[in-house]
Amino acid sequence: MQRTISFTLNGKPARVTVDDERMLLWVLRYDLGLTGTKFGCGAAQCGACTVILGKEAVRSCVTPMKDVAGKQVLTIEGLRKDGRLHPIQEAFVKHHAFQCGYCTSGMILNAYALLLKKPRPKRADILRLMDDNLCRCGSHTRIVDAIQEAAGAMKVDAR
Amino acid sequence: MNPDSDLSRRGFLGLGGSGLFVLFRVEPLEAFQEPARLPSRQAGPADFNAYLRIGADGRVGCMVGKVELGQGSMTSLAQLLAEELDVALDSVDMVMGDTDLCPWDMGTFGSLSTRVFGPRLRAAGAEARAVLLEMAAERLEVPAARLQVKDGVVSDPSSPAKRVTYAQLVEGKRIERHLAKVPVKPVSAFTVVGKSPRRKDALEKVTGTAKYAADMAIPGTLHARILRPPAHGATLKDVDTSGAGKVAGVRVVKDGDLVAVLHERPDVADQALGLLKAQFDRPQPAVDDKTIFDHLLKAAPHAQVVGESGSLAEGEKLSASIVEETYLNSYVAHAPMETHSAVASFEGGKVTVWVSTQTPFPVKQQLAQALGMTPQNVRVITPYVGGGFGGKSASQQAIEAARLAKITGRPVQVVMDRAEEFFYDSFRPAAVVKIRSGTAADGKLVLWDFQVWGAGDREARPFYDIPHQRTRSAGGWMGGNPPGMHPFAVGPWRAPSVNTNTFARESHIDILANKAGRDPLEFRLSHLSDKRMRRVLEAAAKQFGWKPARTPSGRGVGVACGIYSGTYVATMAEVAVDKGAGAVQVKRVVCAQDQGVTVNPDGSRQQMEGSITMGLGYALTEEVHFKGGEVLERNFDTYRIPRFSWLPKIETILIDNPEVPASGCGEPPIINMGAVIANAIYDAVGARLLQLPMTPERIKEALKRA
Repeated sequence: MQRTISFTLNGKPARVTVDDERMLLWVLRYDLGLTGTKFGCGAAQCGACTVILGKEAVRSCVTPMKDVAGKQVLTIEGLRKDGRLHPIQEAFVKHHAFQCGYCTSGMILNAYALLLKKPRPKRADILRLMDDNLCRCGSHTRIVDAIQEAAGAMKVDAR
Repeated sequence: MNPDSDLSRRGFLGLGGSGLFVLFRVEPLEAFQEPARLPSRQAGPADFNAYLRIGADGRVGCMVGKVELGQGSMTSLAQLLAEELDVALDSVDMVMGDTDLCPWDMGTFGSLSTRVFGPRLRAAGAEARAVLLEMAAERLEVPAARLQVKDGVVSDPSSPAKRVTYAQLVEGKRIERHLAKVPVKPVSAFTVVGKSPRRKDALEKVTGTAKYAADMAIPGTLHARILRPPAHGATLKDVDTSGAGKVAGVRVVKDGDLVAVLHERPDVADQALGLLKAQFDRPQPAVDDKTIFDHLLKAAPHAQVVGESGSLAEGEKLSASIVEETYLNSYVAHAPMETHSAVASFEGGKVTVWVSTQTPFPVKQQLAQALGMTPQNVRVITPYVGGGFGGKSASQQAIEAARLAKITGRPVQVVMDRAEEFFYDSFRPAAVVKIRSGTAADGKLVLWDFQVWGAGDREARPFYDIPHQRTRSAGGWMGGNPPGMHPFAVGPWRAPSVNTNTFARESHIDILANKAGRDPLEFRLSHLSDKRMRRVLEAAAKQFGWKPARTPSGRGVGVACGIYSGTYVATMAEVAVDKGAGAVQVKRVVCAQDQGVTVNPDGSRQQMEGSITMGLGYALTEEVHFKGGEVLERNFDTYRIPRFSWLPKIETILIDNPEVPASGCGEPPIINMGAVIANAIYDAVGARLLQLPMTPERIKEALKRA
């Protein structure tokens, strides 16, 4: 059904008039020009399109706009605050926790949700909670290190 | 950045800035771009101006036909140029894979960027530096020998006022002076090469601003979904497009074999695709993923002898025991996270195509041919590529996008969905290897008769000391196979041929060590006079804490070694096997690599870790299932690639070897992953796996045989 949907996108109000069954991924990429969110599989099997909806990491390729109405959406473009990288982004740079970079937005945002839930994750927690985000280049070991580093940095920031 | 601003040709030429899209006045580079005019396909232009341009602002544009697939060439090639030119690494802006701006290049594959292209880029930098020094000497009226260069500033240390920058010397112009035979720097003088600076793509990739082909937003773009056959070999008989044509805003295109639906929204185009009613003629090829190995043995061409020494008959005579074994591996997909994508846009008789490809220059030629245009009117731009691994050497989507753009008069985007990506992938070939080997009474390997079907002959010859040996190869990944031998496209997959050949050789060596009751590392070393191979094995063993034992020792440790593209690599692994479930967890991998000079140690380690992690997949799960020409893999639910929960502890060792020029590092460590895990599984539970991937079913089967 075509309707106007209001939500908060990266801290700012957003309104789109779309079929409410349309997936968030397409609205972000092609209506709003936020191309940092990637298409990888179209079936919630790879995590390249991960964004934060409320406090949860969701797969925007299977998230219809009707589920977005009135909610807060955070994409990779909204993570930097006042030109400063988020500690997770800082840690990904420091550890070079990416190669081709195509899965990176999804990895960072999935890690963001992970750290909201578990601010002090053990390695085993990270492996479990990141398991459904795929990386073909094999940056996994560095991503784990980066998330652990970011957890430490965010703990310091929170004090 | 306003996405529109960096798309037009004007935008490219006028803007200053950094990153991939740069920034200086462009003169016609045609002379650099036509392979036919070059002395050989491997060589690039001799004029250093093709590779570098010093801007009036002092920034250095470095133009290379290579592309950034994640392997880090954007950074390591910049390091090579900065080193030879004596400029700050941060002042180098890379322009990659743009056929209007960069010198012709065959493509980014085969671990050639550093090994083959690197010396050419260094030579260009060294010559430019020498010319600039000469110009500075004239300007400053100081002998060139007295001058020094740092960060693009030439100065006379004895007279501080005597200084001039490269930018002042060049004034944004092309340098029209050349010098012959300027030597490059010796390794001992390196200050930029050998370091691990921050990757040039880091900031863009963690902030989502890195642009890939599908991110090129051109106003008025139509998104195309293309009618695909249900199976390889199927041909379109009839299609009813009336349903799709009724969807508001949908355009239907039928152009010979190309049937597409287009819409301004990709998801609407996708829905319209579902409304096409198509009938195909479908042959029913008998071969499937079970019968493929027998098929390969029958369908392969006559084997070529690719290496021979001594006499097999003599080897047979000397042998006290003979071991024969057959090794199999299935088709494997590249499965990059970014599917094949392209955006094509016509403007004023020229077409620009942004493509996720490993081969921008060949794609340009293919586009010119398909569109009936002169190559000068075709521009291919390669933004960041979301993984290639060999699979983006083929780029049919570029031609599809351009054909549709020409027909519709609108910019067109083609992004394959995951099922198309599997269907059209040029797989790593399924293959069969048979080895007949003989050991003399004193335990020495005296006979080695190796034949590979389907994979190709790269690194098929053994590097072990074996007096009587022959290596044969029948058909491979490179094409030229009899029709139907491989029932679909095959192509280069990270270290082509070598994963297959290494799995067979290193598994077989382990079997021989076991039969001889000897430790597998000691058995290898006793047949190795190659010093580089001995060194990587010894380095890996030291780090791993290898303790000699007969297999199976129950500890679950394994070793394998190999060579790829001039790089030596030894790997040791520890696994745990759950006998009931047939499941394997790789707990630890130690990998030692000798790639000669290391340009960027951290970048090299990234590539090694990546190879090791990716290699877990073809070793344990990755297998393309097919039947009746249909590729049964559609997505990542059945095609399982490595995940976080599989992650072993990975330790990498880079051998310091300044005597050998830098060779590739992005592929070699993957070659050992099949054998090292197979050997570790044998050591754990005494079951020998002879077929990749080593799925739970195959492991349970091998346990029954054990």
